[in-house]
Amino acid sequence: MTALPIIAVWLGAMALNTWLARFGSRATRLAVALIFGATVLILWEMAVRIYAIPPVILPAPSQIGASFMQNTAILWTDFVQTILKGALTGWLIGALAAIATAIAIDRSPFLQRGLLPIGNFVAALPIVGIAPILVMWFGFDWQSKAAVVVVMVFFPILVNMVAGLAATEPMQRDLMATWAAPYAASLWRLRLPAAMPFLFNGLKITTTLALIGAIVAEFFGSPTRGMGFRISTAVGRLDLPLVWAEILVAAIAGSLFYGIVALIEKKVTFWHPSQRHQRG
Amino acid sequence: MNRLLPILTVLLAIVAIWYGAAVWMNAPWVRDQAARAETVLTTGDLVRQTLTLDRPVLPAPHQVAAGLWDGIAGQKITSKRSLVWHGWITLSATLAGFAIGTAAGILLAVGIVHNRAMDQSVMPWAVASQTVPILAIAPMVIVVFASAGVTGLLPKAIIAAWLSFFPVLVGMVKGLRTPDGMQLDLMRSWSASRAQVFWRLRLPSSLPYLFASLKVAIAAALVGTIVGELPAGATAGLGARLLSGSYYGQTVQIWSALFAAAILAAALVALIGAAERLTLRRMGLAR
Repeated sequence: MTALPIIAVWLGAMALNTWLARFGSRATRLAVALIFGATVLILWEMAVRIYAIPPVILPAPSQIGASFMQNTAILWTDFVQTILKGALTGWLIGALAAIATAIAIDRSPFLQRGLLPIGNFVAALPIVGIAPILVMWFGFDWQSKAAVVVVMVFFPILVNMVAGLAATEPMQRDLMATWAAPYAASLWRLRLPAAMPFLFNGLKITTTLALIGAIVAEFFGSPTRGMGFRISTAVGRLDLPLVWAEILVAAIAGSLFYGIVALIEKKVTFWHPSQRHQRG
Repeated sequence: MNRLLPILTVLLAIVAIWYGAAVWMNAPWVRDQAARAETVLTTGDLVRQTLTLDRPVLPAPHQVAAGLWDGIAGQKITSKRSLVWHGWITLSATLAGFAIGTAAGILLAVGIVHNRAMDQSVMPWAVASQTVPILAIAPMVIVVFASAGVTGLLPKAIIAAWLSFFPVLVGMVKGLRTPDGMQLDLMRSWSASRAQVFWRLRLPSSLPYLFASLKVAIAAALVGTIVGELPAGATAGLGARLLSGSYYGQTVQIWSALFAAAILAAALVALIGAAERLTLRRMGLAR
């Protein structure tokens, strides 16, 4: 009997969404997605309250929100330590290194044929596992986290960038040759712009990897701040609302990170069909 | 075959760099020991000692290979020092999670393709959830399940399932939507029912997408399981091997566990690749 209100809310939201989905305009699409998200949160809150689920197992969204508001100072230090110092630095270094390597091996088909299969292979490996080694080498502070992130993001970006540099058509390269363009000019004016959609694909994939690497590396040792550190200690104190608040921060940071990269992509590759299509 | 030579060259270069790095990174320790013992080291001695340390900063490739060989073949399979035993624990959780995640992903994708309300409700969140570092909370999930009394294979499998779920969902939705208007119209002109359209057109044409996402999903499931084995207290699995190695400074143990995980990942991806080739060839879709 206690499940009745939950089922009622669920059925009501579902009926509303089914009705809204028939219009298929932009506004209703957004509304449908938002209603679904809100319904999940409401059902979660109701389930926790009705069945009196202890916060140790699953805290209610309202408790998580309260914990988030209370601990903004802690969450901000953790955010700076893990996301800005660890993930972002590592991501930038890794991306630059991968782009430089891709351009360097671009002139040698031999190296490309050798490196690409290995790069593809390494991209599928559980690289997070090197976290303990790098923590041992670079110490507990953010440098070791950045190092983990560098290794994690390097190969996906490399593989995409190499594919991107190869994406120009022979006709276009011939045109550059007939204009007697030197290597640098043809790289700068033709091949780098043509590689951008591929590069941004790699950059977008690796935003999540960067956050994962930075947080997981903290489980192997960290100073007394950072999201991974806070998650493991808060779990130890069974302060689950704080853990979920950290997860919320990670989710927001991850979406923002991805969103910013996607925005830059839109500005840089405005000429690409996939972007033009979106403008409609 | 003309790819073999470049690959081998690059691999050789990597091994050479590795040896160089091992000598360079282990040298300070060896020099320090020699200075304490007040002996003078020749270059040959230095190199030999850096490559045979018990707990090197960076173990040399042959030390890792020896550790790996000892872990796989040198121990009884039931022994807690055997990498086969740890690998099996990781593998079983990975496969269980992969199966759950794939099944859930395919089912939800079928629902999304056939129901507009579901599509508009779930898809934006499924795509957005890709940007959330879910893996980072894996150890927490384990601890929470443990406090609820659930331990062993299931919590790890849930993390693996969660991670393999989204690639399958996104790939499968894309795949089930590949049939173009012309093909759907043809089915309609044959007055095919929805089920027939699904079984004879949508499902077969989605298979290439499904296999591509299965490869991503199984790699993700393995990573999820390994990270799920990291929290203190876990004693079995490749992740636990990594963690205990890092606690006790057993670098050779860390590297062999790492390589065992890499071999496992490569084998799983290759297995799905083989299944893909076999299926697509039978269907006449092989390129």
